[in-house]
Amino acid sequence: MIAIVDYRAGNLTSVRLAFEALSVEATITDSPAVIRAADRVVFPGVGAAGAAMSNLQRLGLVDLLREIVASGKPFLGICLGTQVVFDHLEEDGGVAGIGLIPGSVRRFQPTNRRDKVPQIGWNGVNFTRHHPVFDGIESGSEFYFVHSYYPAPDLTGDVAGVTDYAGVTFASIMARNNLLATQFHPEKSGRIGLRFLKNFSAWKGRLPEACSC
Amino acid sequence: MLTRRIIPCLDIHRRRVTKGVKFQNNIDLGDPVEMAARYSDDGCDELVFYDITASAERRSIDLDMVLEVARAIHIPFAVGGGIATLDDMSRVLLAGAEKISVNSLAVKNPALISEGARAFGSQCVVLGMDPVRADDRIQFPSGYEITIRGFRERTGRDALAWAREAVDRGAGEIVVNSVDADGTRAGFELELTRLISESVGVPVVASGGAGTPAHLVDVFNTAHADAAIIAGMIHTGEYRIPQIKTYLANAGIPVRLHW
Repeated sequence: MIAIVDYRAGNLTSVRLAFEALSVEATITDSPAVIRAADRVVFPGVGAAGAAMSNLQRLGLVDLLREIVASGKPFLGICLGTQVVFDHLEEDGGVAGIGLIPGSVRRFQPTNRRDKVPQIGWNGVNFTRHHPVFDGIESGSEFYFVHSYYPAPDLTGDVAGVTDYAGVTFASIMARNNLLATQFHPEKSGRIGLRFLKNFSAWKGRLPEACSC
Repeated sequence: MLTRRIIPCLDIHRRRVTKGVKFQNNIDLGDPVEMAARYSDDGCDELVFYDITASAERRSIDLDMVLEVARAIHIPFAVGGGIATLDDMSRVLLAGAEKISVNSLAVKNPALISEGARAFGSQCVVLGMDPVRADDRIQFPSGYEITIRGFRERTGRDALAWAREAVDRGAGEIVVNSVDADGTRAGFELELTRLISESVGVPVVASGGAGTPAHLVDVFNTAHADAAIIAGMIHTGEYRIPQIKTYLANAGIPVRLHW
């Protein structure tokens, strides 16, 4: 069973329906017991970072999420869920994140007026390493994005895929042991997004050896 | 590279997809869930559903339909029509819509935009506007006046001023639906779309008038739209989405070609 963590940060229905379409059992929950009992944890979210972090603290989920990631259980952050696992977020005047990935989350600063913020729409993700969740998906495939801030991990070893927008090439997917984190929304990325989630629901939480070529 | 979005629009009346010209002489086109699934399979990037009579009939949107759509497709979709309160927004989002689109009721109560953006995030709140050409350049510096209630009522508000106010209030996207071009299939309203797109920092979606793939090239290249809504040209079967996207790609416009 997959636990979809509910911390009052946006709409989780589409995540649940994506797993339903894959016939993968998934439940929306804020219960520590249910989250601990799950085989896998999905940590989604949209909205404001400051409110999201205070909700996590109020619900007592910050330490629990650290515990889950430390346990080796497959963990998938999506969008705001990805951003709050970083050390630091620029949003809302600066917010301390959960600190599972070293680095920060920065606002797009477009120099070209045609680059709008938020970035809304389908953009390509170029894979920078192998990962079991990419099985059957071509590098460069487009996924659906909605965001004004982008992940900037300190370590290139944490990056699994990159995307170009508003003059930057940013890390759009991070992979660190059993932790996966996407800036895009696989649940809204059509057939390719469903394939990604299907791969995640079969993944054991281990990384293949990093390619040193 | 971020691709330009093609967004089929489904006007809903009593749970059927309908299409008219300038909101009149509507004809029945089919079942919304089946059409959404077909367009998603065909590679549309997003969908929008307008319950075109909810507002006039003072009732809320058909949430069962929204949930059925959310079960059938796994791409973003927006829902509009008759959304008057935060509760209305919440229900539509919880049924699986990605965004809610407000129009007439936001003109009457602009706080709807700010409250919606605060509660659910700007990315969920789309402002739809129905501007009509207006000659009085003193009252309407942009040359366009906002209409409401399906073009039936003029508001005295300038289109660009309203777009700016909506963005200041937190709208995450603006849909510019030209009254003059709507349903004509003679091309988008380029001048106002470009003016608004260059004046606001959020994405602008052009709507009304799409009849050929060349019209879409114009609206992306000339009017700098971030996305375009199409309806009649695909509802009639005259064009299909893959064909439109190939045409755009050949014209050098970035579009999503694999799905």
